[in-house]
Amino acid sequence: MPFHIVEKTADILIIGGGTAGCWAALTLAAHEGLSVLVTEKANIRRSGCLAAGVNAINAYIPAGKTPEDYLEYVRWDAAGIIRDDLVLSMAQRFNSVVGRLEELGLVILKDETGAYALRGQWNIKINGENIKPLLSQAVYRTKNVEVLNHVNITDYLTLNGRVVGAAGFSVREQTAYFLRARAVICTAGGAAGLYRPNNPGFSQHKMWYPPFNTGTGYALGIRAGAEMTTFEMRFVAQRCKDTIAPTGTIALGVGAKQVNAQGEEYTSRYGLSTSGRAYGTTNETHQGRGPCYLNTVGITSKQDEELLKAYLNMAPSQTLKWLESGKRPSQQNVELEGTEPYVVGGHTASGYWVDTGRRTTLRGLYAAGDVAGGAPKKFVTGALAEGEIAADTALADLPGLPLPEDEALQAQEQAILQTYEQHLTPADTPSSGTSAALPACRYTSQQLEEAMQKVMDDYAGGIHSSYRYSEAQLDIAEERLEGLTALAQNLRGTDTDDLLHIYELKDRLLVCQSLIAHLRARRETRWAGFGFNTDYPGVDDSWQLYVNSRLENGTLKIHYRNLVKEAITFEYPDSNG
Amino acid sequence: MSILIQTDKCRNCGRCIEACPGNLIQVNPQGKVWLRHPEECWGCTSCLKECQFEAIYFYLGADIGGRGSLMHTRREGDLCHWIVEPPDGRPVVITVDRRSANKY
Repeated sequence: MPFHIVEKTADILIIGGGTAGCWAALTLAAHEGLSVLVTEKANIRRSGCLAAGVNAINAYIPAGKTPEDYLEYVRWDAAGIIRDDLVLSMAQRFNSVVGRLEELGLVILKDETGAYALRGQWNIKINGENIKPLLSQAVYRTKNVEVLNHVNITDYLTLNGRVVGAAGFSVREQTAYFLRARAVICTAGGAAGLYRPNNPGFSQHKMWYPPFNTGTGYALGIRAGAEMTTFEMRFVAQRCKDTIAPTGTIALGVGAKQVNAQGEEYTSRYGLSTSGRAYGTTNETHQGRGPCYLNTVGITSKQDEELLKAYLNMAPSQTLKWLESGKRPSQQNVELEGTEPYVVGGHTASGYWVDTGRRTTLRGLYAAGDVAGGAPKKFVTGALAEGEIAADTALADLPGLPLPEDEALQAQEQAILQTYEQHLTPADTPSSGTSAALPACRYTSQQLEEAMQKVMDDYAGGIHSSYRYSEAQLDIAEERLEGLTALAQNLRGTDTDDLLHIYELKDRLLVCQSLIAHLRARRETRWAGFGFNTDYPGVDDSWQLYVNSRLENGTLKIHYRNLVKEAITFEYPDSNG
Repeated sequence: MSILIQTDKCRNCGRCIEACPGNLIQVNPQGKVWLRHPEECWGCTSCLKECQFEAIYFYLGADIGGRGSLMHTRREGDLCHWIVEPPDGRPVVITVDRRSANKY
């Protein structure tokens, strides 16, 4: 059956209707006469990182502190490999986006003076169970934003090096979308599911990061030749065992300390950075002193009840686990474990290499949220702030970005459509029309995904090697991934739900290949909790630089770049696009 | 990690289909709502909270500590009652007020 074709044109196209994407849309909605299109592969109502809710805003500048203080904190936590200009520009907007969230209906806890009640240094406490519906309802109330739900984007449309739109398909029906725009903002999230997960069986998707964030935002950019940064700074979250629920609510909420199996507090031996805390738990276990726990035994029954409620608003499986075990947190310590490694620019510095205005290295393309590199510890407010910054910059650049000519893009669109059709053509169908039959593939996308996760776990520093890897192992991973990538080109499905799974696998494989190149290129161990390079086990300050990469003539090339402290603006070569 | 859709309570309103962040809930060829990929469920419980008919139940896989209890939600204005029914015991109800912020 041929694809039905839908063509649309907008001033600004936003890819991904999660935290940053919705906020970019709301920012642009203030400008009457501007047409904005948002694509989302699920439905913006609950899609993205906020589906289950959150119970704190993790990045807020409290009275007595400044955005510069937050910059110092992030620089320390990331061991120096950050972009000062990016962290500072988002931190300067933390409090204004919180103000707007409260106007939209977010419930925020206040103290007796009327100020937001703090948790730790930078957190404020909220009821965030419905934070995503609040955001998405605000988007639906706008007049100039059109939302295309259930549309998965697969490729940027480009003209003379400029991004002028995107192509995708409906995950519900056999419809292809060709969307042209003067500017494109990518907010498609980070990458989960690259490595074998904590619970590889039935509960394989019980993970920290959304399993539906499959690295598509990165893959789109890599394919189109965008420069990417710092993929090697993977993120390993320290979580409650099995449910992979957050630990901060217990650690900060009831002051529970991390202890090993002998009851010793071990965090002081490893440092209190995010990587240090993760490394502590991993190494204590690796050295035979596990399991490690958050020491909750002995908390009050009121604290028990508050914890059970708090988790219902963001990770209900943890509450259910306490109930299933028949023991409340006051009666048993909460066991800890590290997650599988993710690539996620909201927590580390991985993602598109952008200028201060969130322009990518491709003219007409902007990035915000988890896809944008250089600015770790974004959390919700940083993603919102970046959505706002990217939207403001795209809007300012629009006069120099005319709508592309239709004819010039038709060949690209036809090639993309042909690939969709090939994946949905049975192996035994003779070539007909534009869709040539592919060679047979014996596997399903699920089987190849499992194979990819095994390769990454075995040879690229997954959970079972305690996040350790060597160059010799990375060589094997690279070779195996090439084989899996070749197999994936021949995958077939029967409907666009299958096609979605095929593209998610292809996107993940490409992100894995980039990740391996980055892991190999940084010859030191800077963030031991996120990955341990056994060939180069220490921190080496000659590596105070960025590892960047770009696909050039089909080969991924590494570019080392000096640390950036001041604001930068990208210039693009003249083009007639 | 997964959910059960009780087809006798489901009225095919489609809210869960639009709530799922993973496109996992779909309509089968017989026109009924079903979970197409049970092993791909994230456990976010968006679908439970959107369901007006208490037709969706959430449970933990045995691989992560599940012992067969089913969890669902009942809305009452700003209140959300989380009801956990063990296979052989009395239900536990925990009520969360949407207007009150997390204390931790």
